Amino acid sequence: MKFQSQKIAYWFFASAMGLLLLQIVYGFIMGFARIGMDGLHEWIPFNTARAVHTNLLVVWLLLGFMGSAYFIIPEEADRELVWPKIAWLQLISFLVVGVIAVVGYHFNYWEGRKFLEIPRPLDYLVVVNVLTFLANIGLTIWKGKRFTTTAIVLYFGLLAAALLYLPGMIDFNNQTMDSFYRWWVVHLWVEGVWELIMGALLCYLLIKLTGVDREVVEKWLYIIVGLTFLSGILGTGHHYYYIGAPRYWLMIGGIFSALEPLAFLGMAIYALAMAKKGGRRHPNKAALNWTLGSAIMSFVGAGFLGFAHTLPQVNMYTHGTLVTAMHGHMAFWGAYAMINLAMIAYVLPILTGRKLWDNAASGYAFWLSNIGMVSMTGAFAVAGITQVNLERRMGLDFLAVQKEIEIHFVGLILAASLFLLGICFYVYNFWRFGLPTDEAAQSDVRAVEDLPPVL
Amino acid sequence: MLTKLQAKVFFLGGTAVFFGIFLVLSIDTHLKVPDQTNEKNLTPAVIAGKHIWEQNNCMGCHTLFGEGAYYAPELTKVVERRGKDWIKIFIKNPEAMFPGQRKMVKYDFNDEQIDQVIAFLEWCGNVDLNGFPADPPLRDALQAMGTPKPAATIASSGPAPLKKPVPAIFTTASCIGCHQIQGQGGAAGALIGAPPLDDVFRRYDREKLITWVKDPQKIKPGTKMPSLYGVAVNEAQLNEIADYLMSLNPAAAAPTAPVAVPTPAPAPAVQPK
Repeated sequence: MKFQSQKIAYWFFASAMGLLLLQIVYGFIMGFARIGMDGLHEWIPFNTARAVHTNLLVVWLLLGFMGSAYFIIPEEADRELVWPKIAWLQLISFLVVGVIAVVGYHFNYWEGRKFLEIPRPLDYLVVVNVLTFLANIGLTIWKGKRFTTTAIVLYFGLLAAALLYLPGMIDFNNQTMDSFYRWWVVHLWVEGVWELIMGALLCYLLIKLTGVDREVVEKWLYIIVGLTFLSGILGTGHHYYYIGAPRYWLMIGGIFSALEPLAFLGMAIYALAMAKKGGRRHPNKAALNWTLGSAIMSFVGAGFLGFAHTLPQVNMYTHGTLVTAMHGHMAFWGAYAMINLAMIAYVLPILTGRKLWDNAASGYAFWLSNIGMVSMTGAFAVAGITQVNLERRMGLDFLAVQKEIEIHFVGLILAASLFLLGICFYVYNFWRFGLPTDEAAQSDVRAVEDLPPVL
Repeated sequence: MLTKLQAKVFFLGGTAVFFGIFLVLSIDTHLKVPDQTNEKNLTPAVIAGKHIWEQNNCMGCHTLFGEGAYYAPELTKVVERRGKDWIKIFIKNPEAMFPGQRKMVKYDFNDEQIDQVIAFLEWCGNVDLNGFPADPPLRDALQAMGTPKPAATIASSGPAPLKKPVPAIFTTASCIGCHQIQGQGGAAGALIGAPPLDDVFRRYDREKLITWVKDPQKIKPGTKMPSLYGVAVNEAQLNEIADYLMSLNPAAAAPTAPVAVPTPAPAPAVQPK
């Protein structure tokens, strides 16, 4: 690392690792409940487990994004963070709010709106917290020695994510309007500004790992995020088909969300092309695997599987079934979990000065978690398609159908075990890196990055 | 080839244009939604019901307008599907209705709160959702192939059922949701094998019938018959049910006294030899 204040990233990443493991635990609670093993029902009913599972996901991904920003921004701006101590305070308060929210879910303290279950008083704390974060990195860029496209795109992605949190806090008595603005947050986050963040992280990693000239990588970054917004903003319409909004959303949502895979395809081609051009000369194979893996898996999960049920004619029957869970798992894994894991894999050797980037554990982590996630997606797909056919197309009773598809959740649990094993390898490797050290600045882990760029 | 500046213009310009279109459409949606959702029917009870819906994170298991989790049934048209009485009984004790099945949290709602939740769900059921949820397109084809027919056509082996007015308790406790009686109801029970009740007197005597309604699991462990005693059926109603079902026996006592009350009179049961 070049700057002392970059060390804070380590603690964001370490917290993210803990929350990721906890998220998986709650996933297992739900998986077992679905095969009838619901002994925890009295203490952790399904709606609690579900809220914890999805909220922990959001919190650890945001921690990852913030940690990444605290690492990248000083480097791109070529100066220390303006307020390193505030960054610490921000991490701790973010975690405290997260813990209160998660504990509260076990005591029926929530807002009960899918993905935005955090109760209102805590919403305000999140807003204050994120504002300090944005001020911290914003000022660092402002006072920095150079402006880079990567830093600006990353900053605006984070800023827009914060702004888009606000529509979710408007109260409506009408369930339709409530839902309408909830998607401004959820959809415009994950299929809009989070992709800006993902694109910037991908761009940063490609510059560092492939050695391709910054100007080339950043030019394509603009094209990719341009495509994302071109399709993603009006693609919000696919959430408005059947919630009581006007009928024209069927056409608009259908057309633009059918274009969404193109942005992801573009991203995958972009990453692979840069890696090929640069010749994969960086020794940090783990980080490169996760980076390319993220670009490919996000295309499959978010792009392809999203497309599979986004057309209104199909969505009429798949809307509100396990088909959504199938798409959701791989999309979040590919696009956001993997890009964070890529950042962590890249940053840890730099912070600690240790080269644990080509060992067995990092290989197992990558392959087991990915094979596990693909298998989980398969289990959800079979369960979801069966549900669609029996319940929505043949008209069988909900519970009778759930009994029929129970066996696929045994498959899901097995696949999830493989996935968990992979994540355990990742966390084990994380732990073996040890804490960030001051001497790391003198280590030669970044020697290769000083070679002249590939044009 | 594109320069970096052109790429930047493409990004900023495209984003501005499409976000502009999105804003215009959102404003139009604002103008149209009140009509499409019957906003004038948003009574205080509906709004209170919405708050209960949110405060208990019902969406964490159920779906509404197809949104939520996928652990419990879609509730958009539930009032139409089940009826208010059924929902009232169900919310009071979900496990009584579906013993041994997937569990729902038992909430301590009072009657007013339950009415508010139902009002909210009823309002949701009347929103124009552009055709969602669609009628199952294959249902008719399946029925034509001879899969479970509506209970009305399943012949009971007994004599032609007597047309006796069915007491209200059979409706309020939702017995006829599953069981067919006197040609009424039975829709939900056809698939789980809930038998018609017209000839139940052939299988059970009065005492066993009462035990059955009180505690179905005691007589048939694992049965899907809910334990509604104390939830939807009190002692007097239990007697009413038993009396009525026994009265369907054509061989029962005189038509004026349909109740099979054990007579205290020392009537000789067996003719002395």
